Amino acid sequence: MSSLSQSTARLSPGFAKATLGGLWPVALGLTLAACLQVFIKPHVDAYYALIALNIGVNIVLAVSLNIVNGFTGQFSIGHAGFLAVGGYAAGAVTYYGSIRLFGSADVHGGLLSGMPMDTEGLAFLGAGDALFLVALIVGGLVAALAGLLVGLPSLRLRGDYLAIVTLGFGEIVRVLLQQTGTLIKRSVGSETAEQFAQRVRDTPWWQLPKSVGGALGFTDLPKYTSLFWVYALVAVMLIVAFRLKESSYGRAFLSIREDEIAAESMGVNTTRYKVWAFVISAFFAGLAGGLFAHQLGTSLSPVNAGFQKSFDVIIMVVLGGLGSISGATLAAIILTIIPEWLRGVELQTSTIFVLIGLVLLVVGFVKALKARAIAKKTGIEDRAARRRRIMPVIGILLISQTFFRGHLPASLQATINLGEYRMILYALILIVMMIARPKGLFGVRELWNIGPWAKKARVARQNSGGIVPTQGGVA
Amino acid sequence: MRIVCGPYIGQSYKGGSSRVDQFLQTLKDAVAIGSLYALIALGYTMVYGILKFINFAHSDVVVLGAWISLLTANKVLQLAGGEHAAPWVGPVVLVVAMLACGAISFTIERLAYKPLRKAPRLNVLITAIGVSLFLQNTGQLSAVFGTSPKSIPPLLGDKAVFSIGNVNVSLVDVVGVGTAVVLMVVLEWLVFHTKLGRAMRAVSYDTRNAALMGVPVDRVISFTFVAGAMLAAAGGFLWALRYVAIKQPADTSWTLLGLKAFVAAVVGGIGNVRGAMLGGLAIGLLEMFGSAYLSSDLRDVYVFGLLIIVLLVRPSGLLGKAIVEKV
Repeated sequence: MSSLSQSTARLSPGFAKATLGGLWPVALGLTLAACLQVFIKPHVDAYYALIALNIGVNIVLAVSLNIVNGFTGQFSIGHAGFLAVGGYAAGAVTYYGSIRLFGSADVHGGLLSGMPMDTEGLAFLGAGDALFLVALIVGGLVAALAGLLVGLPSLRLRGDYLAIVTLGFGEIVRVLLQQTGTLIKRSVGSETAEQFAQRVRDTPWWQLPKSVGGALGFTDLPKYTSLFWVYALVAVMLIVAFRLKESSYGRAFLSIREDEIAAESMGVNTTRYKVWAFVISAFFAGLAGGLFAHQLGTSLSPVNAGFQKSFDVIIMVVLGGLGSISGATLAAIILTIIPEWLRGVELQTSTIFVLIGLVLLVVGFVKALKARAIAKKTGIEDRAARRRRIMPVIGILLISQTFFRGHLPASLQATINLGEYRMILYALILIVMMIARPKGLFGVRELWNIGPWAKKARVARQNSGGIVPTQGGVA
Repeated sequence: MRIVCGPYIGQSYKGGSSRVDQFLQTLKDAVAIGSLYALIALGYTMVYGILKFINFAHSDVVVLGAWISLLTANKVLQLAGGEHAAPWVGPVVLVVAMLACGAISFTIERLAYKPLRKAPRLNVLITAIGVSLFLQNTGQLSAVFGTSPKSIPPLLGDKAVFSIGNVNVSLVDVVGVGTAVVLMVVLEWLVFHTKLGRAMRAVSYDTRNAALMGVPVDRVISFTFVAGAMLAAAGGFLWALRYVAIKQPADTSWTLLGLKAFVAAVVGGIGNVRGAMLGGLAIGLLEMFGSAYLSSDLRDVYVFGLLIIVLLVRPSGLLGKAIVEKV
């Protein structure tokens, strides 16, 4: 026994080396994020910078949800609840903290949180940034606590029950946030900024979290969220997710996903790991909520805890691949850009029919060819395949209508704005994905595990003792 | 006198503020809303009993039922040309809504769920969410139902049929509870006293063996979906009669309605037809008495609280073990 522990001790690097070796990607990520803010941001249009912020926040949301939905195979549909909890907690800290410390709820940040270059006494990070960091962490911790609360019932719940509980959780958060008191604001005219700050200071601190805006939403938050903060968190999130996936925790998560009973019989404490998955996921969702709350152009309100937001994130995870970090990241990027792009695109109804017709034609043809090949090989004709011959026929009909479009009823000639149809498109993608490719685009694999170089990478990983994703699909 | 607004409490108190009256009024509202929950819960429980997944799109079928009722009622009244609705209009609207929802649900089952018969349950769940999103967002289009709430024309009038103490029981209450009870009796008969019902129970008990015994499994599953959707459509119709203003298809109140009905199914013991009825009533009582005597702001919280308690204490629900036969 002792010789075994000695030999493992020899294999494992020293504490200092391990810590430093573990931290360099984080340092790199922070540096890159800082460069993004300092060198690239000033040369980019404000609109694109805003989209970049949205992308970053969505990446954190999607990757964090992937820990529960993808790694562990537990289906949570209340992720927005954690986002809202974290956002409100962080908001309460920055808003009231800022007023108590600095006398006003303005940004007291530095260069990295987006203060203009000509600010007096500008540093990389201001005193407000320290407050913001504390706020983010508080938001994450409060959300993690909420994750613990939701995770605990998962002791006894499987798949769909858990889904309902998480959905219910999101709703409860929304209802409770609506019941909160109105925001303590400066009454303009009768009160100077100084008097207002004094009034906030005189209010006991434990009474402040109750006043976060009610149904109207939490407005007037200082807008600290900058490209630096967002992409610093993205870096941390990605590093944590990758390491988690390769760690003993991650393997336990994956084993629960593949087969809960088998995992349990192999000695995995499924309850404990499920709760952990929830807590970690909620923590990062809470951090993302903090960023979301302090972002320009967003308004934090109880609606953010609702289904719509949760579904947006779920679609990213499902599309990118349940269990694939790079897949979720890519899906988050694509699905943030597409709606922006669709907003301006207008299509004639008949063009849409032509597109649907083309898809039917191609899919029907490919399927028919495949069925014919099988029939030739085995001599058995598939009756379902014969019935499927209708697909290309319908496709041709749909395409040919475009030649008579002058004669069609007006409702079929209308021009539609694709932005309106975004959610319908998402819904169809979700349904078609589940039927055609239930693992998502990448399944459990990462981008670099797909394609010609994948085999090489797999062999290398096998030799180094890393885990080898062999099987996709959700259980 | 106290007037409570919002979609959940339709009638205000008719005066008199004695405790007995308040109790009776709350009880009446609870039974009325409970029977609606039960009606919708039946669809969840039947589908779960057979396919073992939560049909997330079920609440959207309720919405479809309500909106189709609205459109049909408008059309019928326009054709009939009268100011006041004749007594036959209501049943016609109900039947149209039920048939339409049955047909839509049949199509959904064939296109979206049938290809996934052998897929893991989570995939089916995600598909169901997709279907739900699709129905909600399609319904929201201006060409379909639009995004603004509309009111259904009065089909029953605001007559009081009888009163207990100071509490008036109106025609809407009687018709609502009556229709729900009749439909549930029909379903009970269907499930437990017909050949089709026996096939449903067989499929629910063991799909593979049922297929080996010659039960046409796909047809039975389709029928289950259609039956659930018809009950949901009736639920939507009765909801529209009771609360008149019908919100847009993607409104969260609909999802909440569906969730509460689902909670009712779980509380009663999911997969159990009688349990769903009992659960619906239980949820109605909890919600109404909770909002009348504690706080009406937190009524959704009570329901989900009950769900979590039931799942922790007795996951099989109230009747989960008492009746072995499940559908």
